[in-house]
Amino acid sequence: MKNLLLKMADDALIIGHRNSEWTGIGPVLEEDIAFSSMSQDKIGHAWALYRILNEELGGGDPDMVAFNRAAKDFTCCHLVEYPAGEYDFSLVRHFLMDKAEYHRYNLLLQSSFVPLANLAKKVKGELKYHVMHAETWMRQLANGSEESKARMQTALNIAYPIAFSLFEKQEDEAQMIADKVFVGEDALLSIWQEDVHNAIESYGLKVPTNFDSAPFMGGRKGYHTEYLEPLLKEMTEVFSIDPNAEW
Amino acid sequence: MIIEETIEEKIWEALREVQDPEIPVLSLVDLGMISQIDCDKSNKVKVFMTPTFTGCPAINIMKTMIVMKLAEHGFEETEVIIDTENTWNTDKISEEGKQKLIKFGIAAPHKKSCMVEMSDLQDVPCPHCGSSSTTLRSPFGSTLCRAMHYCNSCRQSFEQFKPL
Repeated sequence: MKNLLLKMADDALIIGHRNSEWTGIGPVLEEDIAFSSMSQDKIGHAWALYRILNEELGGGDPDMVAFNRAAKDFTCCHLVEYPAGEYDFSLVRHFLMDKAEYHRYNLLLQSSFVPLANLAKKVKGELKYHVMHAETWMRQLANGSEESKARMQTALNIAYPIAFSLFEKQEDEAQMIADKVFVGEDALLSIWQEDVHNAIESYGLKVPTNFDSAPFMGGRKGYHTEYLEPLLKEMTEVFSIDPNAEW
Repeated sequence: MIIEETIEEKIWEALREVQDPEIPVLSLVDLGMISQIDCDKSNKVKVFMTPTFTGCPAINIMKTMIVMKLAEHGFEETEVIIDTENTWNTDKISEEGKQKLIKFGIAAPHKKSCMVEMSDLQDVPCPHCGSSSTTLRSPFGSTLCRAMHYCNSCRQSFEQFKPL
């Protein structure tokens, strides 16, 4: 169960940091604000999960866990590690990821682990806005100019195979299902696929086929892309000057 | 019994003076953020607070504000506990709180949290002129709890405390 909470927290922390790179340079003011707000939400979700780990499951201090770990001790998936890229990639990743997050928390409402079920109630409402934002822009840009449509399709072709890294299983998956903590990654994946495919088709885009998602696995075991290390270095730059500073 | 009631009332009164740092016309009580209070015989107070948004950056400052305000009212020892069992949603904002919001220039959330759909964010009455001919500009605004709208009648942008 610790594994589940930690990977969810790590995903949220890293995508939160990554998407905050749009702060100040978003394509339009509203989008600048939207990405900044969603990042803030995500870091809040990470904080809440690290806190449950700390208070209920014997994990370390949330700040220390977030800012004082080596890359190999993170269990975030590859999808969240990739650079922000162009706005089309960030947007498509946000769409694929927040759809998954929304369904994950929706399923966690039924979790036998009460602190997680309680958190799910709260987070689900917030994620609704993230999904709403993603859908609006996916629809708009897929139906905009020829260029915008082509760019969205290209970004989707790149991001979609990587998105399967979200559903990589961990060793205690079966136990977690048996304990009714979570219904499992396979169940989540099929719900996500159905929803995402319907949405993509409704925007007039094509769901990528003939791809291999195997190269994007490993994040849950601590094998990361080359992009995580520099991100962590930047994220922990101030913290590392004096890890014991009183804030 | 009677004495205990007055102490509780005193605590609530003090809490009504603690303003939300992001929307200074609303108290934490107006917002429905205080889920429970408790005071033992030695005047030690416990305040249970449920944050509006998980990532709200004002949580720590609000904790400090509560402790300071209660100290002003003679409660020397106060502990603020984050209540994770009771989930906050916008239905918890009092009617009075909603009126204060509108006067402040922020549209109020409508009562049907948890069921928010895109359509619920359209045609939100403008807090300036009251017109319902308004358009959602972005579900995100200057703070986590606000969305941005535009009024087609008075041609002004306005913010809404978004339903959650």
